[in-house]
Amino acid sequence: MSVPTSRGGRVARFALNAYAGLALLYLFVPIIWIVVFSFNQPKGNYNVEWQEFTLDNWRDPFGDESLTNAFIESIKVAAISTVIATILGSLIAIALARYQFRGSGGLNFLLVLPLTTPEIVLGSSLATLFLDWDVTRGFTTVVIAHIMFQVSFVALTVRARVRGFDWTLEQAAQDLGASPLRTFWKVTFPLILPGILAAALLSFALSLDDFIITLFNAGSLVTFPLYINGSFRVKFPPEVNVLATAILIVSIALMLTGTLWGARGRRKSAA
Amino acid sequence: MTTVADDVDTARRGVKRPELLGLGALVGAGALLAAVGTRLLTGPIAILALSLVLASVLMLIVVAVAGTPETRRKLAPYGLLKPGMLWLALFYLAPLFTLLRLSLSTLPSRFAVEAEFDWNFDNYVTAFTDFGPQFQRAFMYAGLATILTIAIGYPLAYVIAFRGGKYRTLMLGLVVIPFFTSYLIRTIAWRSILSDNGVATGFIDAVGATWFFEAANIMDNGRLINTPAAVIFGLTYNFLPFMILPIYVSLEKVDVRLLDAAKDLYSTSTSAFRKVVLPLSLPGVFAGTLLTFIPAAGDFVNSLYLGSPNTTMIGNSIQDQFLVQNNVPLASAMSFVLMFIITVFVIIYSRFFGTEDLA
Repeated sequence: MSVPTSRGGRVARFALNAYAGLALLYLFVPIIWIVVFSFNQPKGNYNVEWQEFTLDNWRDPFGDESLTNAFIESIKVAAISTVIATILGSLIAIALARYQFRGSGGLNFLLVLPLTTPEIVLGSSLATLFLDWDVTRGFTTVVIAHIMFQVSFVALTVRARVRGFDWTLEQAAQDLGASPLRTFWKVTFPLILPGILAAALLSFALSLDDFIITLFNAGSLVTFPLYINGSFRVKFPPEVNVLATAILIVSIALMLTGTLWGARGRRKSAA
Repeated sequence: MTTVADDVDTARRGVKRPELLGLGALVGAGALLAAVGTRLLTGPIAILALSLVLASVLMLIVVAVAGTPETRRKLAPYGLLKPGMLWLALFYLAPLFTLLRLSLSTLPSRFAVEAEFDWNFDNYVTAFTDFGPQFQRAFMYAGLATILTIAIGYPLAYVIAFRGGKYRTLMLGLVVIPFFTSYLIRTIAWRSILSDNGVATGFIDAVGATWFFEAANIMDNGRLINTPAAVIFGLTYNFLPFMILPIYVSLEKVDVRLLDAAKDLYSTSTSAFRKVVLPLSLPGVFAGTLLTFIPAAGDFVNSLYLGSPNTTMIGNSIQDQFLVQNNVPLASAMSFVLMFIITVFVIIYSRFFGTEDLA
């Protein structure tokens, strides 16, 4: 963009940049708090007031047994639901991006609906279904609930990624004698895989973090967010901060890997 | 009167237009599955319906294996859509129906678990008469938070899109990263920061701005926590990326040469922004508004952790009635009203500002 020449223009430019910088800083305020307090040695049960620096919490992140169990349950739910939702959602995305077909408008609408419904309505309505069926709510119902909101999310994310995909490559492969199945595994799948992995990663994070929908369908199951909510009235151990920071670090690492991998892929295809 | 020739003709047309068959089978299977799920169909009829759903799936597999390439190509999208769409039919659409049915049901006694469906509209009357303030707060807080996310998010998205240069990806990453930590823990972090002995009140006190925050109704008797402002502030924080990302996506598409053209035609930077950039970014603002307002209106986490009993939103009441008071019919009615109001809002809003590329 052209650089403003007037003095007022420069001031305005600087002011806007500074405002944006402050906005970015604002996003990080609680994150800084979480990371800093993972090194705190709390007095009593609540890790909300700064006492003194310690590495003890990091030495034993799984020191709180019920917290650890809840964390493991969350990982299990997220792993199962993400695998199923990624398969279902990717199939939908391929159908929507690859083909022009009758009824795609209506089906697209049904796909967007769960994302524009408040979580509390999703959670409570699904709970009424399970009440109606006389099903005891627990692990399975939470997995079902997570798949429900992940499917739409995966489908729309993958669709956005494969929109620019050149489908004539499939034609080329088939003209060269490849069977449809071989074409899919050798041509289509490798090309859409990065999009699918990115969507899977994000929906894993959504599942791990989901609180409202889970609360309505968990029964006696305790996931990581449910544990934090349930125990907050009695305690807030520093291990929570440690695990939250660890999740953050893993996410950043995965994101960086993804970005670098994507950049390498682009270079390769450009060469 | 139909003749044999007609029948043969119809049959052939049926094969000629497999997409109608595919769509029909998909919609039909979804409807049957939802009907069984809501127990509108029970007993032997339900078994028949499920067999039909299964048959439609098997049919697609048979076609995929044995059909002509043309038929296969036409039916492929319906086959790909089927598993996911059936899942949504059973676990998204059917629950909305059971929610509606339960909201019109009565609990025989205060301690009963099983509610009976009897067209009881009292739950809706109670929802409006007893929980009016909660509805009002939900929409007011969500509305204010949405405006704040635009005020904070738009300039940031603008700077990233137009001045980010090679740091664009990095800056976008920075916007997203905070949201990889747990929603609840982030909110608890704000609770600690805003608390009476926390960093925020200390800072405001130190710079002597307390009178300003009191006058602006943000602080209440020297407190930041447990005020409506704290709840709105939390909502703003937690839904900010949902505003920034869509605005960024629409700004990124703006052709910078359009701005140069405007400058060449002696437009000032302000009017170039107002007449070129702003209109082109409105789809992003539209999508961001929906993605912020809808979840914010149904949220109860921010009110629970940052608010007080005087700041409860409708989400808190639904949660309380459903899971604590066990008055599921009333909670269902409130859920339904919430969804209804939001749907009406989305329809009206789309009419005025709507664009095609929401998703």
